[in-house]
Amino acid sequence: MTITEPTIEGPKTEGPLELESGREAIAERPLGVLTRPQGGRGWRDWLSTVDHKKIGIMYGVSAMVFFVVGGIEALLIRLQLAVPNGGVLSADVYNQVFTMHGVTMVFLFIMPLAAAFANYLIPLQIGARDVAFPRLNALSYWVWLSGAIFLNSSWIVGGGGADCGWFCYSPNSGVTFSPSHGVDFYAIGLLIAGIASLVSAINLIVTCLNMRAPGMDLFRMPVMTWMLLITQFLLLFALPVITVALFLLMFDRLFDASFFNPDMGADPLLWQHLFWIFGHPEVYIIILPAFGVVSEVIPTFSRKPIFGYTFMVFSGIAIGFMGWGVWAHHMFVSGIGPISVAAFSLSTMFIAVPTGVKVLNWLATMWGGQIRFTTAMLFAVGTVAMFTIGGLSGVTHALAPADTQQTDTYYIVAHFHYVIFGGGVLGLMGGLYYWWPKIFGFMLNERRGKVNFWLMLIGFNLTFGPMHILGLQGMSRRIDTYSSGFGFEFWNMVATIGSFIIAVSVLVLFHNIWKSKREAADLPPPGPDPWDARSLEWMVPSPVPEHNFDEVPTVESLDEWWHRKYSFDDNGKVVQIATAEEAAQDGSAKGVHLPAPSFWPLVLAVGLPLIGYGLIFNLWLCVPGGLLVGMGIFAWALEPVDDPDATHDHDGHDDDDDDHDDDGPDDAELAAAPAAPGDSTAGAPAAPGDKQGGE
Amino acid sequence: MTTETSAPATSDADTTVAAPATPGDSNAPGEDTAHGPSTGISNTKLAMWLFLGSECLLFGGLISTYLLYKTRRGPDNLAIPTDVFDIPFTSISSFVLLMSSLTMVLALAALTRGDNHGARVWLLATSMLGGVFIGGQVYEFTSFLREGVGFTNNPASSAFYALTGFHGVHVSLGIVMLMSLFVASWQGKLRQEHSETVEVVGLYWHFVDVVWIFIFTVIYLVPA
Repeated sequence: MTITEPTIEGPKTEGPLELESGREAIAERPLGVLTRPQGGRGWRDWLSTVDHKKIGIMYGVSAMVFFVVGGIEALLIRLQLAVPNGGVLSADVYNQVFTMHGVTMVFLFIMPLAAAFANYLIPLQIGARDVAFPRLNALSYWVWLSGAIFLNSSWIVGGGGADCGWFCYSPNSGVTFSPSHGVDFYAIGLLIAGIASLVSAINLIVTCLNMRAPGMDLFRMPVMTWMLLITQFLLLFALPVITVALFLLMFDRLFDASFFNPDMGADPLLWQHLFWIFGHPEVYIIILPAFGVVSEVIPTFSRKPIFGYTFMVFSGIAIGFMGWGVWAHHMFVSGIGPISVAAFSLSTMFIAVPTGVKVLNWLATMWGGQIRFTTAMLFAVGTVAMFTIGGLSGVTHALAPADTQQTDTYYIVAHFHYVIFGGGVLGLMGGLYYWWPKIFGFMLNERRGKVNFWLMLIGFNLTFGPMHILGLQGMSRRIDTYSSGFGFEFWNMVATIGSFIIAVSVLVLFHNIWKSKREAADLPPPGPDPWDARSLEWMVPSPVPEHNFDEVPTVESLDEWWHRKYSFDDNGKVVQIATAEEAAQDGSAKGVHLPAPSFWPLVLAVGLPLIGYGLIFNLWLCVPGGLLVGMGIFAWALEPVDDPDATHDHDGHDDDDDDHDDDGPDDAELAAAPAAPGDSTAGAPAAPGDKQGGE
Repeated sequence: MTTETSAPATSDADTTVAAPATPGDSNAPGEDTAHGPSTGISNTKLAMWLFLGSECLLFGGLISTYLLYKTRRGPDNLAIPTDVFDIPFTSISSFVLLMSSLTMVLALAALTRGDNHGARVWLLATSMLGGVFIGGQVYEFTSFLREGVGFTNNPASSAFYALTGFHGVHVSLGIVMLMSLFVASWQGKLRQEHSETVEVVGLYWHFVDVVWIFIFTVIYLVPA
């Protein structure tokens, strides 16, 4: 994508990087270490960027890398289980591989891929120039990445991966049963990644609530934005709970505390409760962004508004609330007592209602529409179908007696893969095809895309469909092999073949990206709105210019962009009033004030894994780590938020510029850092302009 | 609390003026042409409120853990914190912490009316009261240790130290923030128009105090 040099001058001056005040643009060296980055070209630009779009792309790329990592782990599992008494992996390594597969796919693939969409799309869909706290946004990404790398580094320096399953039940997670450092890396790695998600959740919620364009009421926000907003609220309240659990686990393992060790009189159920109070909202954290994608794709390709917008939004909110009241259905066999079991059975059945509402609304949206089966649409419809299967098998778990039979069998594995892969991954893949031209400025080839889709759908069903049968036959999950003679052979072989078909479909995706990029040179550019879509991101050029909107649009209705292209004639028939090219902005605005890049988020993020290694191997390592974090925070706080214009705050005659030319991220970052967990020190002494104003 | 500032040029003041008066809801179309925050609450303050909401769950998890474990002595029947509580001492240090909320309010009030010197004094007083509380906690921990209640004794003592320790870390970070504000003010960089920064730090500080009320009640006052 083209990267426009950030133009940071006042609106009326024309020269690039020239300030009204005549000051040099950026000359600050907060701690005399790093020059304030200017957002140049090449990789340095990516290291210091605070642009929500670039951060979104980095999230997406990293997520795909970890998709491959987790996918390889999945293939190893399937190779091991292809035939009875498989010898590909030892039991010990098998434990590590399935644990890391789960952790990687959940925390390092789907969540960051959803975060990629959230970062990229939320500001565009609500008509903002950036998120509320651009530097915190960069911090989220770098901290998440450092946590992800830290977590996976246990393969090399920790004596292997975690081997306790992704939910890491006690006492398996204790030192007795898991003596390697894998679980330590799991605990600290997820803590670091959790900081990232928390910061990001706060940032995106504030963005959604505070940065909307004029007229963009909450109930004019696209369903995608709504679902992402609900996801952020779930993260906001779920993460602290897992944070507690992970801290206590870390204290148990590294400092001999007794929180989960039954030998010391502790209660292993505590972990299960804490984990699943986080873990069940986590399911919705994974699925709601995909629901959002589907809710954008289906109306666009059915040429109809979403059926029952308000219902869609409120059912999403209902899912968000009810998601907190069902966690113990993961624990029906833990002996939590008949009353708890009955209550959680009921709530689990009830949560199917708002989900069913969504499915029916998508179907009603398609009903009578002029449907175009593009790749994105295929993925969306596939998501609805596969998620419905997963949802229905989920309802069978709500019946506690049935669940008792299914727990810890492959039936559960089948169920949650239908939800998470069939719902989450297929949905986000559809989003990839749908927004690709917007993000990168060229279309992905549709024919290869459809090959991608059908291979993935068939492979997925071949892999996970048979697991229902295997589970009901009694095959246990998390056992490294099985003997012949139980009747498990055939379906296991089918599942293994299916998993390799999925792998091929992912290769087709990568091939499609590569080939389409090469072919794009000979094709006409996609234009701002290749799909004839409905929401605001399609009214800006593709790829999106750095400043997003030339002029922040004033929103008058739901599906604002569609209403700028179409109207109704006297007979109520839809007539086109403008082509997309006519109605779209051309991205030519100059002199839009944008937040300045910063290196400090990266510095801060590098410090955290050092502290992690320190806790595990040698506490002295915490010192440089802590120093880096502290330095990052204070340098960040002292760094003028928006350097050049910050001085204008006190001039008294530049207010109009501020009001019209930036959406307030500078203002917003006034004391941005207090929102960061645990490191709330920053921001305190820093107000924009102080540094410069005072000297 | 709105910033009553006489300097209309500051961005804070803009925000306050431009914002629609109905917090928590969206604005009517065309009403916020000046691009204030849609909710009327500034981004920073909203972010802090959200963060504090998240913190409630963090302390909720820790308090639940303590409640579950508070009488568990473990297989060796070692001492638990309840055996060695010095409730009068902890009550005094709790009182000190609560008083720091008062001084925090006074600091904000002073800065809001442009009294930089007063703000400085009250900021310092707040952090010193916080420091006294932390000192009390350190003294309490060491005396407990001397009396045989170690972190690794049993679930009860692990849960006690984890809960009060997490709170202590929060107070300490608050002190760092307050001292940063103090230094900024000393250098003349914290002026009337930045009172919202003080207010946001104050939110955090009050939250830490309120949480202590719960923790103190649960740990020290509710009988086992």
